[in-house]
Amino acid sequence: MVDAPTTAAKPAATTTAPITTASSAADLGRVRGLGSSRQGTHHWVVQRLTALGNLVLVPWLVVSLARLPLSDHATVVAWLSSPLAAVPMILLIISVFWHLRLGLQVLVEDYVHSEAAKLATLVLLNFYAVAGTVFGIFSVAKIAFSGAA
Amino acid sequence: MTRPSTHTRPLSPHLGIYRFGPHMIASIVHRVTGDTLATLGALMLLGWLGAIAAGAAAYAKFTDLAWSLPGKVVLVGLTWIFFQHLFSGLRHLYLDTGAGYELKTNRAMAIATFVLSVIATALLWGMIMMDGLNG
Repeated sequence: MVDAPTTAAKPAATTTAPITTASSAADLGRVRGLGSSRQGTHHWVVQRLTALGNLVLVPWLVVSLARLPLSDHATVVAWLSSPLAAVPMILLIISVFWHLRLGLQVLVEDYVHSEAAKLATLVLLNFYAVAGTVFGIFSVAKIAFSGAA
Repeated sequence: MTRPSTHTRPLSPHLGIYRFGPHMIASIVHRVTGDTLATLGALMLLGWLGAIAAGAAAYAKFTDLAWSLPGKVVLVGLTWIFFQHLFSGLRHLYLDTGAGYELKTNRAMAIATFVLSVIATALLWGMIMMDGLNG
């Protein structure tokens, strides 16, 4: 537990018995709470935050889909043109694609061991997440602003 | 991004030494369902939104495909995958608070994610079928 970055530092321990193997750089990292990844708990926190977003937004979509006459294009367009549907849908796209980017990143880091392949896969993953988000938001905007195409 | 270590570090014991249990299935299924939703699920969502935006003719093609027999199998499968990831995710949020690590509680919660996901999938698709094939 000595190295746990989240626990508050004990002044007595750090002044009287410094950790012999820790360099000053490690101490600095610990002070900033960022650890060896230099990201701190940011990845973890955002994954939970977007999980909560998904927890509200995806069930909203599932219930909406179950209630809509999905084969009727005009009705679906009219529904998605409403701010009460378009805004949650855009929020859903952002929350879902942010969450899946973080989740797939962990998958890649766990199973792709070659540094070159890992870097290439993570670049592709970022492109996928950003392109998917933009495509989704653009589609909703087009439906909302131009109505039935 | 870690730098290569110059000295060997102790390794934690890996999968093989632990006794198999429901928590292990819940853990790997959480990852597999999440990655399926992240790829197949997200692409189908984009396909649906893109088809609506592209117009009535494109949308009809999409709904014909989605409402075909193979399409329905995928949709029912994705529904279960979604509910499984949802309940398993709730389990993780609960475990994040430091609770639920007692052996019996942990085991019961891992099993509950599967029971609830199957029930939720059956209820949702029962409702859809009773609605007369959703319009």
